[in-house]
Amino acid sequence: MHTVQENDPSNLLQRLIGLQQAFRHIPSDAIDHLAESLGLSRAFILGVIQFYSFLHSSPRGEYDILFSDNITDQMQGSRLLAQRLASKLGVDIGRTRDDQRVTLDYTSCTGMGDQGPAALVNGHPITRLTMERVDQLAALIEQAVPLDNWPAELFQVSAGVERRDIVLNSDYKPGTAILRCLEEGAEELLRRLEQAGLRGCGGAGFSTAKKWRFCASTESAERYVVCNADEGEPGTFKDRYLLQAHADRLFEGMTLCAAVIGARRGFLYLRGEYRYLLGPLQQILQQRRENGLLGQAILGRDGFDFDIDIHLGAGAYICGEESALIESLEGKRGIPRNRPPFPVTRGYLGMPTVVNNVETLANAALIAQQGVEWFRSVGTAQSPGSKLLSISGDCERPGIYEFPFGTPISEILAACQAHHTQAVQIGGAAGRLIPPAEFNRTLAFEDLATGGSFMVFNQSRELLNAIDNFTRFFRHESCGFCTPCRVGTAMLTKQLGKVMVGHATSKDLDELGTLGSLMRQTSHCGLGQTAANPILDGLEKFPDIFQSRLRSTSFEPAFDLDASLEEARAITGRSDPGAHLEGGGV
Amino acid sequence: MSGSFSIDGVTVPFETGQSIMDAALAAKIYIPHLCHNPEFQPHGSCRLCCVTANGRTVAACTTLATDGLEVANETHEITTRRRLLLKLLFVEGNHVCPACEKSGACQLQAVAYHCGMLAPEFVHFYPKRAVDASHPETIIDFNRCILCELCVRASRDHDGKSVFNISGRGIDAHLTIDSPSGRLGDSRFSASDKAARVCPVGAILPKHRGYEIPIGRRLYDQESISQVGDVASHREQEDG
Repeated sequence: MHTVQENDPSNLLQRLIGLQQAFRHIPSDAIDHLAESLGLSRAFILGVIQFYSFLHSSPRGEYDILFSDNITDQMQGSRLLAQRLASKLGVDIGRTRDDQRVTLDYTSCTGMGDQGPAALVNGHPITRLTMERVDQLAALIEQAVPLDNWPAELFQVSAGVERRDIVLNSDYKPGTAILRCLEEGAEELLRRLEQAGLRGCGGAGFSTAKKWRFCASTESAERYVVCNADEGEPGTFKDRYLLQAHADRLFEGMTLCAAVIGARRGFLYLRGEYRYLLGPLQQILQQRRENGLLGQAILGRDGFDFDIDIHLGAGAYICGEESALIESLEGKRGIPRNRPPFPVTRGYLGMPTVVNNVETLANAALIAQQGVEWFRSVGTAQSPGSKLLSISGDCERPGIYEFPFGTPISEILAACQAHHTQAVQIGGAAGRLIPPAEFNRTLAFEDLATGGSFMVFNQSRELLNAIDNFTRFFRHESCGFCTPCRVGTAMLTKQLGKVMVGHATSKDLDELGTLGSLMRQTSHCGLGQTAANPILDGLEKFPDIFQSRLRSTSFEPAFDLDASLEEARAITGRSDPGAHLEGGGV
Repeated sequence: MSGSFSIDGVTVPFETGQSIMDAALAAKIYIPHLCHNPEFQPHGSCRLCCVTANGRTVAACTTLATDGLEVANETHEITTRRRLLLKLLFVEGNHVCPACEKSGACQLQAVAYHCGMLAPEFVHFYPKRAVDASHPETIIDFNRCILCELCVRASRDHDGKSVFNISGRGIDAHLTIDSPSGRLGDSRFSASDKAARVCPVGAILPKHRGYEIPIGRRLYDQESISQVGDVASHREQEDG
């Protein structure tokens, strides 16, 4: 088995996650110890700690509770629930109680949009929160009941498949695809994937066969295959389902890729929010080793050695970007690399690396087993096959849906029983906001490409709240590397806040547009390039929701001049008209 | 291998492996930049050098020159964009040009003038940032740091000390110092380090040498940055 050496610096992040779990923070002396044993500087390690949301330099409470703060959680009342828990426990949100019993905070979408509102307690997901459940949590915490003894139903994550098509209707037998690949050869497998037209399901849609070919053709002593299970796009949870129900498929897909590119080692990069899946996934890996599907001489083929390690993320959306993910795998801050070179030529440890999404790898295994015609039996010419969608928000049947590519949005809305729909956010916060006039558009790489997030908003919703939520999300998740994204996301948040409270003028909307297009054009990576999408789409497709909140003046100062004089009035004890500015000073 | 491409219609030769920025510097064509210094690995973080190459926006410092490439650099649209990026940097930090020791020899100020930025447009963040005066020879004013990571690269790749690092994320990203206390005075930093001479702004300054050259007679007071280039290269000449 290939495992990372304990004292390999690329193991830093995994070591830090272990320390965080053991000590509820990273103790200072542990940093010194790590610095010495890994040969890294103290500042470097602190830099890594401060990059990941789930790592902390000061202790968290015995119960560390993070409420998922996606817009769909909020629409289900998560903010009120969090406030209720805060007042029951006597602790402010964002703080640790003085007796160190509990910490309360919000976190980015935890991938439970079909069963929210959701929270994480010491990394374990709690779903379907209600007032009753919150009261139950408060009691369990006050009584200091160990997490292991909490009622199991709190932690139940259901599968929730609402629609199946070719992929989810297919049976799958572990090992068949690998066997076929060994019999027919790598070239035949690549040809099959090419003919099937499999494209990356993370949203970018790059040809899978082409990616594998590029990697295989790059001269190198080592090559790696990485499964991107950092499903962080707000509102998506289909990978959670695949990891929970069909992990064998994706491990088989990784093994196929290894056979094609000649990798001996692979990684599953699992987002920290899905840590509860770590145990079950490791069991499946172990089973595959015992069945000769991983390890030395796979299926008896001499020289075909391949194994898979699972690496955890620690709360950083940017690590879903493939080159940031590789940095994170190497134990560093998840800063996206300059590309080219792309990971297929220079990836993990500088070696050629294939990074594929969970769904892509699972589909590759199925195509190897079922054949080209099976895959092409649905979908469009440019987007063959089907797509898993994570549907949440205002509909009667949220959950996992498998639809053939080419399906119109209206049909999807009918299937999930969404009524009086005002808009759909497709592709998550970084995706597109679609008004009813465009519901005839289709799910396809040539029309609406998506990683699978599908959030529905009915006519009773203030869309601006969703736009504000996504904009704050990007501010929180920006890595801070490049100017337009680092400063731009912070400015958009402030500027939109001005609109939200009714202080903005038309000039402020112009500024939002200008900043947004600057970020789209000049940002270093996809995060910054798409971070303004919610605002830009909103301004273009729903201008009224902004206009209706504007002040009628053309200019509005950034702060209230009269209110700013309050301190001076208090000091001088004046409240006469002369101490006030008429009309707030405008 | 070599070839040629064009920048704003001017033919520029290049050797294989050269970036658009490398080739432009060699041809004495100015592409505004802050985080780039030819002595170090290209970074691509300030985004000021973004040009359009065959219509696509790319950072000149991290994009390889290719034969026949048509690069647009100083167009109205690109300069407007640069001015906006510069304003963002001023919004983010606390840059008080009239009171800054680096005024007139500051690349941020000089590029801002070059791009026609004459007044602030946005509400500034006014972050609370500290000054680190713990080192006997050098002072660090974090208010002026623009996160170009030149000191990080110089200390790591040239001095072999890795004194500087970046910590935090997003708008909270900030420069840190590797020492038990986190202060420069307790680090392995020395005023003779390369890292002491690469800061394009007034974030890393020598102590005991204030206003040796009067304001008005400094590098960029004499000539535009588009003519005289980076302040760091001039410092190397003076010191060397």
